[in-house]
Amino acid sequence: MAERTVHFTLNGAPVTAVVEQHHNLVELLQREFDLFGARESCGQGLCGCCTVLVNGMAVSGCLYLASAVDGAEVVTVEHLGSGTTLDPIQEAFIEQGAFQCGFCTPGFILMTKQLLDANPNPDDDQIRHYLAGNLCRCAAYPEIIQAVKSAARKRVSRATT
Amino acid sequence: MNTIVQAKQVGRSVNRLEAREKVSGRAEYVHNMRLPGMLYGKIFRSTVPHGRILSIDTSAAREMPGVFRVVTSEDVRKVIPHPYYGPAFHDQPILAIDKVRHVGEPVAVVLASDPHIAEAAAQLIVAEYEEMPAVFDEVEAMTSAAIVHEELKPAGTFPDLKHLKGKTHTNIALDFQLRRGDVDKAFAEAAQVFEHTFRTQQVLHVPLEPFVSIADAGASGLTIYTASQSPSFVRIEIARLLGWPENKVRVKVPHLGGGFGAKLYIKLEALVTALSIIARRPVKISLPMEEQFYTITKHAATLRIKSGIDKDGRLTARKCDVWWNGGAYADIGPRVTQKSGFTAPGPYDIDNVSIDSYALYTNLPPAGALRGFGIPQLVWAYECHTDMIARAIGRDPVDFRRQNILREGRPQATGTEMKDAAIEAVLDRVAERMNWSGAFDRGTGTVRRGRGVAVAFKASISPTTSMAVVNLFADGSCALYCSTVDMGQGSDTAMAQIVGEVLNLAAETVKVVHPDTDVTPYDMATLGSRSTFHMGHAVRLAAEDVRDKVVALARELGLPEGTNYSVPDLFKKKYGMQAGNIVGVGSFIPSYTPPNYGTGQTPNATPFWMVGGTGAEVEVDTETGHVKVTRLINVADVGRPINPKIVETQLSGGALMQLGFTMFEKMHFDGGQVTNASLADYKIPGIFDVPAIMENEVVDAVQHNGPFGAKGVGESATFGVSPAIANAIDDAVGVRLTELPLNAEAVFRALRAKANNPLGDA
Repeated sequence: MAERTVHFTLNGAPVTAVVEQHHNLVELLQREFDLFGARESCGQGLCGCCTVLVNGMAVSGCLYLASAVDGAEVVTVEHLGSGTTLDPIQEAFIEQGAFQCGFCTPGFILMTKQLLDANPNPDDDQIRHYLAGNLCRCAAYPEIIQAVKSAARKRVSRATT
Repeated sequence: MNTIVQAKQVGRSVNRLEAREKVSGRAEYVHNMRLPGMLYGKIFRSTVPHGRILSIDTSAAREMPGVFRVVTSEDVRKVIPHPYYGPAFHDQPILAIDKVRHVGEPVAVVLASDPHIAEAAAQLIVAEYEEMPAVFDEVEAMTSAAIVHEELKPAGTFPDLKHLKGKTHTNIALDFQLRRGDVDKAFAEAAQVFEHTFRTQQVLHVPLEPFVSIADAGASGLTIYTASQSPSFVRIEIARLLGWPENKVRVKVPHLGGGFGAKLYIKLEALVTALSIIARRPVKISLPMEEQFYTITKHAATLRIKSGIDKDGRLTARKCDVWWNGGAYADIGPRVTQKSGFTAPGPYDIDNVSIDSYALYTNLPPAGALRGFGIPQLVWAYECHTDMIARAIGRDPVDFRRQNILREGRPQATGTEMKDAAIEAVLDRVAERMNWSGAFDRGTGTVRRGRGVAVAFKASISPTTSMAVVNLFADGSCALYCSTVDMGQGSDTAMAQIVGEVLNLAAETVKVVHPDTDVTPYDMATLGSRSTFHMGHAVRLAAEDVRDKVVALARELGLPEGTNYSVPDLFKKKYGMQAGNIVGVGSFIPSYTPPNYGTGQTPNATPFWMVGGTGAEVEVDTETGHVKVTRLINVADVGRPINPKIVETQLSGGALMQLGFTMFEKMHFDGGQVTNASLADYKIPGIFDVPAIMENEVVDAVQHNGPFGAKGVGESATFGVSPAIANAIDDAVGVRLTELPLNAEAVFRALRAKANNPLGDA
């Protein structure tokens, strides 16, 4: 099977990897970089558990071919916050109890980041619309909506202080 | 570490201990794990629902470059001579032997270092079957000529299954009877008698982390890493299959990406064990989403319920017949049949009760426990039935329920007197929140509004055991070792709060060691909302043991009672340096009296009752049949909550999960083949499915024999959702649906039938 070398930026650092044509982005992150926050569940791009940001856009890592990240900027949930502090979105998800098993949580957090980057003060409808492609079988949806709103407030207050 | 903790730990909304790991994507799940030399297995599955295996041609798969080995039952039997497992019956083969009993049954496995090669090679396997007549319907299975198992093989664990040993020519995997009073006489004397039949559909747990297990067999034993809710069971059952002592089988469970009853007993663990022994390499199998649909499901059921009332509207008799579609392997179905069976008449005070509950084998994928252990199916029937009676006799549904409700101290159908079951309080709070006696906007034109309630209860699984160990280190910090699996329900946090409460430590500082059967002691399983009560007690006892030993140590060191010596100072005084441990042990099994075989009577059916009530408001579009749930009220008696925030999330999440089972989830079959086995075709609730108003409440209650007054919560909010919504639809548009799900098509068909203009079949 044909291999190809890809060069891309992963969580801020330049990296290189050899991938096979049929590998998807989740496999690349797990096999080569030990990043497990993006995880395959439905395998059809419908649940959002495999969400990864590529050039600032959320993609379904289970459908995104690994070879297509050549030259791209890739950000995973592991890049949020710093080693010791959490991103305001992560803090808000904890404080609002916006997850139970946590398997879908990285996907929700990355989608929330993209939402708040585009729209710093979304209303409930906008939040629902944006997160409609992420599934949570524990159904922590009411808490997730609260967490997104809380994260928006935190980001605003941190930007102004 | 030694500062006095002022705030009480129990009753505090502590954030989940593992929260940081989960939001940063670094929480450990089995899917993250890879071992050196590990092979990936891909399962080749049956394409027929019932058939004799004529041949399995694995030659093309074997020859594919990169394939390590292809394994069939012939290979399995060389390492495990009797490869049949199951918690109630030893009926499920690791790989199909001689015949297949459902579409999707594992027949062979390809092993390769590259999972893509294993998958490609599995496509090259060819099996030939001689198809046999199949049975899919649970009521037909009672009398069908198609027999799923030639001979019944009860596991011997349960006394009420012994009489089934060696039985042939039957699909009945358990028949449970309960007899109380004289129903025939009561029906004859009743002012009115009502009889209705209900059905529930087969649905799926869909944990977003699909089944995944790794086995690593070595010279000195075997280690299994698995996404399991029952590590102790896995150890014991794998040891039994191998004929090994328990101490040669180690089962480790990190975080679970959801369980909901799917990940109980043996799922992939026996298969990866056999494969690892055969291959002499670690073997991992992770199922893709599609294959979850062939692994374990929730029972479809047919429920017939008949009630008699006197002239005042008091329920005098109830007869319930329930047929559970267990699929091809019994799994825990016989327990569902019995444990839920005895609550089939509902939380009502009825003197004359008769229950017949049957677990049936069919040629569908196996059914097991799913968040409620059969209760949501029963409640669907009895709470619709209750509403239908109330409407038929012109009574208010809440008022009719209140008249008949089972009150504290009154005997339930088993004869067990009710204790600490706030059924009436739950019903009252649902009604109050709905402003039931007030005016209600019923809609206009093509959008009609209605509202409905339901109230239900559930017994715990008994008698079951939990053990725990608390280890106090020399610096005063401590760790808890217990085999309760935190699959998202927050048990790690709740258990840490109990330790903290006893030892006066902040819960956040207590380390909870995840299940590892070489380290953490026995626990029956994480199921049936049993952990808070059972493990909660064991953990409390272990922490109290530590506390008592600290006091004893101070006494031994000659310190006066009530000394202000800190824990680290005590250790230093004893051992001359920071050294040593104090280990506390707790074990708990509640008292229980098994029901009499034949009558189901017992004075002590359960250590505690779970109670849940639901109120629903809906809008029905009469032109499309579309139903919008606009308000969902979930009230439960959970005793005193250990962690109010997590309790609320459990109530809300449980209700929303049941909302999916109510409104749209359904496995569709064609000749035993699931035709919607993916999340593209099988929809689970998303963020748009959440009702505009969701309210969750726990009533003020105490479980007197529970740890700190607490009891389980994981299932309580699921009970009433389906009937409350069906009752609301009836209230809105006057049609009664008796089968789930309540999708637009079903409502529209009912509306057309009511208008004497029925739709033809699609």
